[in-house]
Amino acid sequence: MEWSFRSDQPIYTQLAEKLRMEIVSGRYRPGERLASVRDMALEAGVNPNTLQRALQELEREGMVRAQRTSGRFVTEDLQVIAQTKKRFAEEQIRSFLEAMGKLGLPEREIVSLLEEALSRKGGAASERVSQGEKEDEHGNT
Amino acid sequence: MAILECSMLTKRFGSTTALDDVSLRIEPGHIVGLLGPNGSGKTTMLKLANGLLTPNSGEIRIAGMEPCRETRRIVSYLPDRPYLADWMNVRQLLDLFEDFYTDFDRPRALEMLEKLHISEEMRIREMSKGTREKAQLILVMSRRAKLYLLDEPIGGVDPATRDYILETIIRNYNPEASVVISTHLIADVEPVLDEVVFISNGRVFLHKTTDEIREESGKSVDQYFREVFRC
Repeated sequence: MEWSFRSDQPIYTQLAEKLRMEIVSGRYRPGERLASVRDMALEAGVNPNTLQRALQELEREGMVRAQRTSGRFVTEDLQVIAQTKKRFAEEQIRSFLEAMGKLGLPEREIVSLLEEALSRKGGAASERVSQGEKEDEHGNT
Repeated sequence: MAILECSMLTKRFGSTTALDDVSLRIEPGHIVGLLGPNGSGKTTMLKLANGLLTPNSGEIRIAGMEPCRETRRIVSYLPDRPYLADWMNVRQLLDLFEDFYTDFDRPRALEMLEKLHISEEMRIREMSKGTREKAQLILVMSRRAKLYLLDEPIGGVDPATRDYILETIIRNYNPEASVVISTHLIADVEPVLDEVVFISNGRVFLHKTTDEIREESGKSVDQYFREVFRC
């Protein structure tokens, strides 16, 4: 029983969120074949019907595509993945700004604090970005 | 066709009504939690489904049939108390199950026994309470049945074994079979269930999917249960 779930939300939405994250982060690569519903359900420790529902949600969004005989695959449409990634980022930024707003910080100060933090992280962060780009290139081929 | 269907099912013991006008349908392909406080009627319902009790009124059907020899072929039942002859060892029990049930999958049982470190030579009498429960559950889960009725299957075992058992239930998932698990340990089984039935004082209080409850109440089934049945 690997995955843990928050209690205030349906399990299928949390599974869908987790699977989206695996795709946008590149852990599941574009075009990669997904494990069977049963195997994924086993890994997550959840009911197979619930996992199926999460996958159907991803199919509707175009993140995953089902092929009648050979199973489910991560989309090869990098634009769909990029859009989802952007949506994730925007959500993070929104909640960050909300928290900063609660602290009563003016926008200008938020920006300068953020820049300061980014320059302090400097080396490590830029390295990670370039690695991510490399993965994207790989996915294209 | 429903794999288990009760309609207006009532069972009384003397002046006590254990099940009161219960109507319920369970379709194939689901893992259902039968949840309720002590004395709410869970065990009675499972016994009725196995033909160990007869209803006072109403009916209970397994794949359209009243409980009988035919239905025992397709129902794998774990009672709420020990029922195996305690002088037998595991190998003899495997033989017994193989004789009794054509759907018994011996290799599956052996694999689980090995995983849970239970030797075939061990007699039931020599087992701890927890090991006995594991052995019983392995026998029951090793049948390729259409309906598994498990009365408190994880109450007496340690958390690691509990995980293994729940994993086994997922691994054995078959879209044509259903599993009904009666338990108090809701938090442990919740992710594995896709439907839950709450029963209280012999009546079905609620029958929904796990995610419906979470969506509507904003709470886990476990939290919701505690709230509904607060003492």
